[in-house]
Amino acid sequence: MDLFEYQARDLFAKHGVPVLAGEVIDTPEAAREATERLGGKSVVKAQVKVGGRGKAGGVKLAATPDEAVARATDILGMDIKGHTVHKVMIAETAPEILEEYYVSYLLDRTNRTFLAMASVAGGMDIEQVAEETPEKLAKVPVNANEGVTIEKAREIVALAQFPAEVAEKVAEVLVTLWATFIAEDALLVEVNPLAKVANGDVIALDGKVSLDENAEFRQPGHEEFVDHAAANPLEAAAKAKNLNYVKLDGEVGIIGNGAGLVMSTLDVVAYAGENHGGVKPANFLDIGGGASAAVMANGLEIILGDPDVKSVFVNVFGGITACDEVANGIVQALQLLADRGEAVTKPLVVRLDGNNAELGRKILSDANHPLVQRVDTMDGAADKAAELAAAK
Amino acid sequence: MAIFLNKDSKVIVQGMTGATGMKHTKLMLADGTNIVGGVNPRKAGTTVDFEGTEVPVFGSVAEAMEKTGANVSVLFVPPAFAKAAVVEAIDAEIPLAVVITEGIAVHDSAAFWAYATAKGNKTRIIGPNCPGLITPGQSNAGIIPGDITKPGKIGLVSKSGTLTYQMMYELRDIGFTSAVGIGGDPVIGTTHIDALEAFEADPDTELIVMIGEIGGDAEERAADFIAKNVTKPVVGYVAGFTAPEGKTMGHAGAIVSGSSGTAQAKKEALEAAGVKVGKTPTETAKLAREILNAK
Repeated sequence: MDLFEYQARDLFAKHGVPVLAGEVIDTPEAAREATERLGGKSVVKAQVKVGGRGKAGGVKLAATPDEAVARATDILGMDIKGHTVHKVMIAETAPEILEEYYVSYLLDRTNRTFLAMASVAGGMDIEQVAEETPEKLAKVPVNANEGVTIEKAREIVALAQFPAEVAEKVAEVLVTLWATFIAEDALLVEVNPLAKVANGDVIALDGKVSLDENAEFRQPGHEEFVDHAAANPLEAAAKAKNLNYVKLDGEVGIIGNGAGLVMSTLDVVAYAGENHGGVKPANFLDIGGGASAAVMANGLEIILGDPDVKSVFVNVFGGITACDEVANGIVQALQLLADRGEAVTKPLVVRLDGNNAELGRKILSDANHPLVQRVDTMDGAADKAAELAAAK
Repeated sequence: MAIFLNKDSKVIVQGMTGATGMKHTKLMLADGTNIVGGVNPRKAGTTVDFEGTEVPVFGSVAEAMEKTGANVSVLFVPPAFAKAAVVEAIDAEIPLAVVITEGIAVHDSAAFWAYATAKGNKTRIIGPNCPGLITPGQSNAGIIPGDITKPGKIGLVSKSGTLTYQMMYELRDIGFTSAVGIGGDPVIGTTHIDALEAFEADPDTELIVMIGEIGGDAEERAADFIAKNVTKPVVGYVAGFTAPEGKTMGHAGAIVSGSSGTAQAKKEALEAAGVKVGKTPTETAKLAREILNAK
């Protein structure tokens, strides 16, 4: 889960990373008081989870409270790379910035360890620094069980060749930033820029934090970071039903069991769609291994509720849960939806393979639901589902 | 022959007495796995009856190993307790720990991996978030359905459980030496490369099927390894061509970040290493069949 800048700022502050004062607001009028509290001037910063805000005009200086209201009026509602601005942060203006640096911790999947990255070339896109001047970006592995002590932080600072006068201050920031990374179960904590300002202080002026959703069981406070407003309504409804669902922009609704099989189903449908007017998968939905009729019904309900969906492809491989149970689940799910008063009006293509496939197919044939078609291979069923979606 | 698991494997189950552990211990036993014990400190000294098979419960992995000679542990421990359970297995130096648990925080898996490394990697870790591994006809350690395939000459390594089953089913007439589900988390123990190396060395494996998916660069590194070290034919499949950037597709590790981790890049890397890559699982199975038939 990626956080907004103001949420990252709050977490940094909580763990001792030096930040500027600021508060988040969602109406232009609120910018006035917030700016007054900061002594009459502020920086108005769009809160969007995408880079390049500054260039897009989403970060503006306000010399007076009135100006802050005007800038907030401009920025709220603005579209930045497809993200609508619903909130702005009214931040304290920084003292004169002398230099901009970069520091971060992240998971290094390749080496199965954590990684510290630091550079004196901050304030710009770090991927660009890594590409154009890799010698300016220090990458230092951090052992998960040893962490970043002040000694380790000094090692990182030395490798990144920070100027002597800020070295110790940056090292201290690295220790507090590590505390943030660990305590919050983060996948990424990034400060860019970390600024050296006129009085010699080192301050985190902007940052990114991404949190591990698998750690929710021990991070109850992270619930408040969930951006309900921005969530797709179908994704939100699916999440409320504990379904693993991602909305996509096509026309063929997809249900399957197992993340890999569902990802593969999306691809196979997209290939099939090339022969049927370019129809594409409408969603990712994994109902898991031992999916019951109730789970199947919940999944179907979400997908049939998506106005973009023209046909549905149910792709199930019977493993531990054999196909006859899955077939019964589908039949019961259709009955359950009928009982809930939800008319099923879109064609369903069902492919069952694996354990007890014959038995499962017979159950579907016997049920003889007018909208359900059985196709017994994955590629064939994908083609049929694409064809039906294109015909609508 | 087989890799990592065979008829002599003595298997214990950490988390056996939980609902998932009970269900799958029963299935593993039915599949002929030699299950010699379970681990649960609160139920140590008791036994659990699985349709006539009495399985003793021990207080620790070390005790279970000492009393039974166990050399494999399968873990069904809930995410909050998984790190401690894996660390216990590492401390006991059990040769193989298969972590089925889905939903382990990445700080925990990074920590137990660092711990295993510091201890000299005496314990091979498979997973987490994996279906385990099966050597058909000999032993089944995990949740792979045992009855969809038979012993044969294909080696299979996959990030995905259901795609493993799909492929085992498509090629069930030829059969498998071993099939290893390495898991879909960002940090896993055994990698594609480890399995490829083992299959290359296994005299009974004539062809290797490798299944990957979006996220990370494990497939690209495996491609590099294949080009340099694998003489046996390898057939590949990669899932997730249509996955949008920045969205987690079911598996915690299945995410395209910026331009990295795409299915296209993985496919290209594998093809550059001489791997035939199928467009769909069925086409992948067909490629494997053609290569074996031409032999």
